[in-house]
Amino acid sequence: MTIENIERKHMKKGLNRHPLSRIFGLSLLVFLLLSNSLISQEAAAEEAPAAEAAAEAGGDPAKGKQLFNQNCAACHSLDRKMTGPALANVEQRLLDDEGLDKEWLYAWIKNNQALISAGDAYAVRIYNEYNQAQMTAFPTLSNQDIDDILAYTAAPPPAPVAAAAAAAGSEQGGAASSGVSNELILGALVLVFGLLVVMLILVNNTLRRIAEANGVVLEKEKAAKRTPVWKAFAKNQFLVLVTSIFLILAAGYYAYGWMMQVGVDQGYAPIQPIHYSHKIHAGDNQIDCKYCHSSARVSKHSGIPSLNVCMNCHKSIYEYKGNPEGPSAEDIANGYTNEFYTKEIKKLYKAVGWDEENQRYTGESQPVEWVRIHNLPDFAYFNHSQHVSVAGIECQTCHGPVEEMEIMYQYSPLTMGWCINCHRETKVNLADNAYYENIHAELSKKYGVEELTAAQMGGLECGKCHY
Amino acid sequence: MASNKKYWKSEAELNPNDSIVETLRQNEFPEEIPVDDFLGDKDSLSATTTNRRDFLKYVGFSTAAASLAACEGPVKYSIPYVVQPERIIPGVSNYYATTIADGFDFASILVKTREGRPIKIENNTDAKAHGGANARVQASVLSLYDSTRIQGPLSNGEPVEWDVLDATVKAKLAGLANSGRQVALLTQTYASPSTSRLIDDFRMMYPNVSHVTYDAISEDAALTAFEQKYGERALPDYDFSKAELIISFGADFLGDWHGGGFDGGYAKGRVPKNGKMSRHVQFESIMSLTGANADKRVPLTPTQQKVALAKLYSKLNGTAIGGDIPETAERVLDALVSEIGTDSGKAVVVTGLDDVHAQSVALAINELLRSRAFDVAAPRYLRQGSNKALGQLIADMKAGKVGALIMDGVDPMYSLPNPAEFQEGVEKVDLSVTFSTNWNDTTAVTQFTAAANHYLESWGDTQIKKGHYSLMQPAIRELFDTRQFQTALLQWMGSEQSYYEYIKETWNAGVLGGADWNKALHDGVFMVPTTPEGVAEDAQVAGEEIPSESAMVSLASAVQALANTSGEGMELVLYPKVGMGDGKQANNPWLQEFPDPITRVSWDNYLTISKADAEKLGLENSYVANGGLDGSYARLTVNGVTVNKVPVIIQPGQASGTVGLSFGYGKTTGMKEEMRVGVNAFPLYQNFSNIQPVTVEKEAGNHEFACVQLHKTLMGRGDIIKETTLEIFNTKDHHEWNKVPEVSLNHQEVPATTVDLWAGFDRSIGHHFNMSIDLNACTGCGACVIACHAENNVPVVGKHEVRLSRDMHWLRIDRYYSSEDTFEGDNTKKEELSGAVGSKRGFGEMEDPAVNPQVAFQPVMCQHCNHAPCETVCPVAATSHSRQGQNHMAYNRCVGTRYCANNCPYKVRRFNWFLYNNNDEFDYHMNNDLGKMVINPDVNVRSRGVMEKCSLCIQMTQKTILDAKREGRTIKDGEFQTACSNACNSGAIVFGDVNDEESQVAELSRSNRMYHLLESVGTKPNVFYHVKVRNTDGTLES
Repeated sequence: MTIENIERKHMKKGLNRHPLSRIFGLSLLVFLLLSNSLISQEAAAEEAPAAEAAAEAGGDPAKGKQLFNQNCAACHSLDRKMTGPALANVEQRLLDDEGLDKEWLYAWIKNNQALISAGDAYAVRIYNEYNQAQMTAFPTLSNQDIDDILAYTAAPPPAPVAAAAAAAGSEQGGAASSGVSNELILGALVLVFGLLVVMLILVNNTLRRIAEANGVVLEKEKAAKRTPVWKAFAKNQFLVLVTSIFLILAAGYYAYGWMMQVGVDQGYAPIQPIHYSHKIHAGDNQIDCKYCHSSARVSKHSGIPSLNVCMNCHKSIYEYKGNPEGPSAEDIANGYTNEFYTKEIKKLYKAVGWDEENQRYTGESQPVEWVRIHNLPDFAYFNHSQHVSVAGIECQTCHGPVEEMEIMYQYSPLTMGWCINCHRETKVNLADNAYYENIHAELSKKYGVEELTAAQMGGLECGKCHY
Repeated sequence: MASNKKYWKSEAELNPNDSIVETLRQNEFPEEIPVDDFLGDKDSLSATTTNRRDFLKYVGFSTAAASLAACEGPVKYSIPYVVQPERIIPGVSNYYATTIADGFDFASILVKTREGRPIKIENNTDAKAHGGANARVQASVLSLYDSTRIQGPLSNGEPVEWDVLDATVKAKLAGLANSGRQVALLTQTYASPSTSRLIDDFRMMYPNVSHVTYDAISEDAALTAFEQKYGERALPDYDFSKAELIISFGADFLGDWHGGGFDGGYAKGRVPKNGKMSRHVQFESIMSLTGANADKRVPLTPTQQKVALAKLYSKLNGTAIGGDIPETAERVLDALVSEIGTDSGKAVVVTGLDDVHAQSVALAINELLRSRAFDVAAPRYLRQGSNKALGQLIADMKAGKVGALIMDGVDPMYSLPNPAEFQEGVEKVDLSVTFSTNWNDTTAVTQFTAAANHYLESWGDTQIKKGHYSLMQPAIRELFDTRQFQTALLQWMGSEQSYYEYIKETWNAGVLGGADWNKALHDGVFMVPTTPEGVAEDAQVAGEEIPSESAMVSLASAVQALANTSGEGMELVLYPKVGMGDGKQANNPWLQEFPDPITRVSWDNYLTISKADAEKLGLENSYVANGGLDGSYARLTVNGVTVNKVPVIIQPGQASGTVGLSFGYGKTTGMKEEMRVGVNAFPLYQNFSNIQPVTVEKEAGNHEFACVQLHKTLMGRGDIIKETTLEIFNTKDHHEWNKVPEVSLNHQEVPATTVDLWAGFDRSIGHHFNMSIDLNACTGCGACVIACHAENNVPVVGKHEVRLSRDMHWLRIDRYYSSEDTFEGDNTKKEELSGAVGSKRGFGEMEDPAVNPQVAFQPVMCQHCNHAPCETVCPVAATSHSRQGQNHMAYNRCVGTRYCANNCPYKVRRFNWFLYNNNDEFDYHMNNDLGKMVINPDVNVRSRGVMEKCSLCIQMTQKTILDAKREGRTIKDGEFQTACSNACNSGAIVFGDVNDEESQVAELSRSNRMYHLLESVGTKPNVFYHVKVRNTDGTLES
């Protein structure tokens, strides 16, 4: 809340960041760089023997990983209960705890319902334990495929991600250390120059004193007896007139410019209660805008997705594992570490009332109060579906490169001039639309053009947007 | 949506009527600032250290600071659902079919909801009976968001839990079971199969339960007459579209007679088709909406009406009967008899006289005529109240025979003529529970007030007429901690069932006959497949052919009794007003501001009196400088009961010797200060008869009315209304009866429509919207006015502002009286006037409202002129024209010069003199969060200082276009609608695209009855009218 409050008071345009937070970020960065590289090194060390173990099991863990991610990862994790049980070492565990062999696993994976209805004791137990959520049957998986998957669950191959992250980490560590030395050099230089300046002043003073003692008159004092420039300027009325006209015009120009931006919130990027990164969702993961903002197709509102839409994915995506290359230096500088994002996912769970432990909703939910970024005034009617579904305009046309926005901001000015411009220039999308057929044929004949613009269709009329 | 949770800081807040809490809620600092102590004292002023210059510095600084602070926008939040309901998409409306059945208004309707909030009522066109919403039904959506609603159950005015209420009631019911004392249910008319069954079940459990139905405005006489004749307590149904001759004796069937809803059928017969239209003759005392639409209106006192009815019967029967009526009426009766002639089935006779004899005779005449419009096979169940049972109940209560009294949907302490008697009875009852949405006179005297649901929060069903069922489903969850009567009954019976399941059970067992429940719920209506009509008719005929001897005798005596009626002195006619009905929705600001179709007075009820009687009694109406109407006060005394300070309106067409007063006003308990208007007429409603002998006396004082249209004649500007008679319409060329005014061009007279000052604009491509208004079909009911109010967020301005002519209705229904039989008469007179003196006298003559004027209704909204005078004078181009024919109004551009309003020949532009929203000076509905829920999110809420007007519902036309574009299809005729055309039950308002040759509006625009308002002005409007044709020719002229 405190950050939010500060942000509310400092409702600035642009991507202004508080200087304090920058310093904080810098110190955090140094700390994180050190800790991160340590962690990744440890992980790499751990995974090496595991890979060897897997090779013995008869399956290909690399292929298994691929299959696992394709088929199982939506509901299972290796080391964590999700919709289904954790699968790390599942084969061994079943053998040890329940005395069930691989054959049972084949049967279960290919058609678990058959096992349950046959009354298999463990099958029924596991079915009930997980809220009777029916597991998808995978009859298409061959025994070899299952072996591969089991090999992966027994010993996941060393993640290239981790290695890459480690590499990147050490690189950045190097960069950071060189940055420190640069600063040292710079500091030394500043010190040297400072000393030089002090010395110069001292020398100058000494010389002056000597000169005075010797009775030498300095030129500067002579010059003071001439008419000062400002007096000469004040006497020249023409110059004064021209200057004042110029000043008035300049002031007018800037005042106009300043006033025209009043109420235009281009670049407005408020801090949101949950740090939602469009870059990760729309950019890295290529999720279609309208998957979440689905009402943009049919309604005037694009719609802020309700939390149950988030949970479609985040039921199984409970932590942020970073993009394959690992967090960039910039991200780390901003504090956007994996832990940071995972914490944001937990905020979502809290809001929607998701009990991660038991994989169910508690019913205690708290709607998220997003700060609205695009505030169209009430007297302007805008309909998303007209632009998205009918005209087929890309979301990015107005909202900018959302897929690159770590923090969402208002890309366009949303002024009337901006709307009108687009209506003047944009050709109407008529393809396969029976509505336009007649009207277009007649209107284009009337205006003598091939393709009509929105303006020619009447898109500039006041009442189309103001009622 | 909104949670049902209620938070409070102190106990007192739970009482909706606690004035101190209210004061505290409104005032953060209830202590007044001691301004006078400071500014009133010279010494302290001079002693202060703040001097003038300091003050200016402060002002300068604060202005600068405020303007700088204003540059940064406020932070707005978007709060999405946690789990979004599947059917709700923000920004897209959903429609649900439901039914209103509040005991007075019954209709199958559609409810438009946005983000789960009901915001508008639409007609359910699937319904064959009562699918039309009248003005009150249209406005009922606002009553849902009434901020004065009771928010939870109360015990003697103090909040109580439902559990406590349930436990008390259950204990009492059990205690009374074998005590020999009654448990009485006093309820409104439900016409509900499930509720009937439920009450039967309840009675099964508690055998001492009795059920009394009570209608505030009784139809007991008609019910009794019908019951005597046909053995069922119901009301006959009439299909006026099948009638060629409609004869009404005081029946306001376009109003609320027999439950209303006849206007659709009536209007169908009123539009001349193949040279034929129905003829309507009305004998009545007050000027009712129905009388105003009649071709021939004969003002008669109720006594004379009874005699006339008896005479009509005997004339048709070929017998002679005595009785005294004016000669003109006698002549009209003779003419009617001869017109009925051989094909008697074309005629229908109805009467609104609260007299069993009169009702029986009317039924007998229709039987005699074998009227085609008359339907007794499928009667209506909209009124079931029994005066006898109610009288018995009150007597029992007073005698201490009633142990518990449970009321729902009634307010007897307000609507009974003898509330004191009722109160005496209630005090002798051990347990009294009232189900009510609002705090009222009855809840004030009962122990428990059970906070009831609004109908939009309730489940229910109705059988509007035999075989026509409809379902009521909630469109929103209960806003408050309320419960509907039926749910409570189930609870008290110890049933686990919800009322929804109960209804479903009833329907599956007895109504649907195997049809799909979900489909019925989706449609909102269900019609039992009827037996072929012939069979039903045969049965009816068979029943009729053997009239028992006793029935014949009683009918003869009824006719004789009617003929022998004689009345001395003034007669008072009590009637429900179109806008207010029985007063259930008196707290609804839309309805209060709705101008009465006849008098054009809003925010009041009044005594209507004829000019002659008014002069005799010294009562007068006068106008003051600002255009406001003032009236004298009168004192009414009926059998010793006196109602004081009744404002008087001199009503043209009122039968002399009669006065009229409407129900529904004068409520004070539980009402907002602004809504406490008018006088209560119910104390005069003795023996539930709408006709009372009365003494009228003048009282001191002057009443200020809020009247939106002056009470004068047309002053010769006849061409705004064009009318003709059927004879001329049929025989002459349309250039004669639909004459286009001529103007002089190059010293030659040419039709005004051919002259153009402007270069035309080609509108032949794309849509070109036109609206057609048929003056023949328009009954003036005003449903469109309220529909427009709801759709376009039109603000309510209050009585004082309406009086200053600042009403905001985008759509008004002008009512014109004409003193001559034809407008030509007026016109000729005007032409003949010469000189200032002559014209003054001449106009004075025309101003004198005639004894029996003709009336015409004309809905007028922005005419969307193609050459709009408003557009050319706007200095900031805030109003401009579209190629689709709509005249646009950009509110954010408007600077409020009001030039446009001055230049508008139709006076349809409305100026926002004040900020009407978020302003406690206008305490109606736009200043509280609850009332604002009714606001249409697609239409801007206007601010102070801007002009507004009808937009031809551009938000609706744009939506239709967008839907078509999205689906990639062309638009079919009928898809384009406006709020008023949707609301019009009579088909008078038709909207559409004239560029679509096939469309109905294009066809109407080619009709030779078509004309534009004030064609001589050359504005080329996109709204056109159809000449009113009156069927007055021939024999009826007297």
